[in-house]
Amino acid sequence: MVKGGLPGDEAVKVKGWLKAHQMLVLRRIVQLGILGTFMLGPLIGVWIVKGNLASSLTLEILPLTDPMLALQTVLTGNIPMISGIVGVIIVTVFYMLVGGRVYCAWVCPVNMITDMANGLRRKLKIKGGMSLSRQLRFWLLLAIFILTLLTGTLVWELINPVSVIYRGILFGFGMAWVVVMGIFLLDLFVAHNAWCGHLCPVGAFYSLLGHFSVLRVSALKRDHCDDCMDCFTVCPESKVIKPALKGAEKQISPVILSGQCNNCGRCIDVCAKDVFTYASRFSGQK
Amino acid sequence: MSKQQSTVHTSRRRFLSDTLQTVVGVGLASLTLSVYQQNAVALPATAIRPPGAITEKAFQGACIRCGLCVRDCPYDTLKLAKLGEQVALGTPYFRARDIPCEMCEDIPCIKACPTAALDHDLTQIDDARMGLAVVVDQESCIAFQGLRCEVCFNVCPLRNKAITLEMQHNKRSGKHALFIPVVHSTDCTGCGKCEQACILDEAAIKVFPLHLAKGVLGEHYRLGWKEKKQAGGSLVTPDTPHQYNLPEGMQYDHGGAGLIEQQPADNAAHENVVPFSANPLDTLNRKGKL
Repeated sequence: MVKGGLPGDEAVKVKGWLKAHQMLVLRRIVQLGILGTFMLGPLIGVWIVKGNLASSLTLEILPLTDPMLALQTVLTGNIPMISGIVGVIIVTVFYMLVGGRVYCAWVCPVNMITDMANGLRRKLKIKGGMSLSRQLRFWLLLAIFILTLLTGTLVWELINPVSVIYRGILFGFGMAWVVVMGIFLLDLFVAHNAWCGHLCPVGAFYSLLGHFSVLRVSALKRDHCDDCMDCFTVCPESKVIKPALKGAEKQISPVILSGQCNNCGRCIDVCAKDVFTYASRFSGQK
Repeated sequence: MSKQQSTVHTSRRRFLSDTLQTVVGVGLASLTLSVYQQNAVALPATAIRPPGAITEKAFQGACIRCGLCVRDCPYDTLKLAKLGEQVALGTPYFRARDIPCEMCEDIPCIKACPTAALDHDLTQIDDARMGLAVVVDQESCIAFQGLRCEVCFNVCPLRNKAITLEMQHNKRSGKHALFIPVVHSTDCTGCGKCEQACILDEAAIKVFPLHLAKGVLGEHYRLGWKEKKQAGGSLVTPDTPHQYNLPEGMQYDHGGAGLIEQQPADNAAHENVVPFSANPLDTLNRKGKL
């Protein structure tokens, strides 16, 4: 990293702004595109897709259902209808192929809030904060499943910020701005990447779903790495990079295999040496 | 203690304290959430679930808050509860006074539901039981004042079945009738059209959830007349006709004709000596003394 600069400055200089932001721009287009397609209905009456991220129907034919929510309803003793089950299968297979946490980086509305908080955090040079375990989200996920089983109610849906915000935008916001502000301030001041990287049980669920996913990021040209640390700085799950990037001596595959990697591709953007690229999980095997 | 041992101790202590932190933190969060859900899942009496909604407790587990029922409701009746509202977050409901259920024959909201939260076996909208209309205030309902209103009776999709008009004597005027609206739970679907249409500033007829609107008779009650009808006769000592202590020649028919004066048996012989004929001309033309 250029001293005093921001991660990616060097990449911008070498590759140009667009090349150094292409995955970020693409991600915003996808995130806003999905949201925008949902919005066409309530805004101008063009119903390409109905519903929300919990369950939706596209062009009156394609059902998509959130597998985490479906699993919770099963825990309460309810079986979804055929359309719901088909929706779950489609979504599950998709994320098992492209990476579970692709949901986090490319679909989830909270990502834009936490990215904004993280960007501001870097600009304002806010350092430190509360130390949280990255395993916390898995414990929370387990706790939610147990609570759902015990109460027979979708307890998580009473507070789930992901659905609160998405549903809020599409069906009426109410006091959802409290949740937006809460997560923004949490990530800005309380701890770096607190929500998406430590607390969110939805992300934890999807990381498990994509544990063996085919699409991965690979540090293919890791021998070009000049240790500028930009990828570590921008990565929301910085621990996942090290084994792949620095594992050449230990014969570790250059493919980032951790399910916690959300395939956001920001490391691809900020690397001036173009070390990273999307690849198949099997590309590292010889 | 060797240096290596002390490192092991420190890392073990650190691991234990980290684990304890996580477990206690998650445990407290879970406790808070489970207490919060007790209040959060309580449904206010004025919020009505869509047709076919399963029991409220099960609904809280089955509904995934996707809003597909809301999107397929052609009348904008259904809403999803927003954060800060009293209804469980994200679940569909409607308020009858604002927009009631129009009882679509094809029930699109149920068809849209991807879960069993809305009962897909409900195919006749008249069989829906979203709630029950109750005439909550007889003091303000103008029908009870003797005024003709009958708006609730007339807007009811099951007119003259779910709400009927029962005529009662108007004691105030002494000579008019009160046309009292009476709701029948056998037919009322709880659509709420009556509540919306009620002409008062605050509706006198309101749709409530069934558990609030209906009483339940103790199971040990047996209604004699029903048991008798079912059994085809008296289950105890057979009824003997009641003997009235009446003067000679009188009978009493309870619940029917009342007091009956029996004509003397020799009535037929005296038939011709009835003082007045049915034809007034006979009287005028009669000769001799009256």
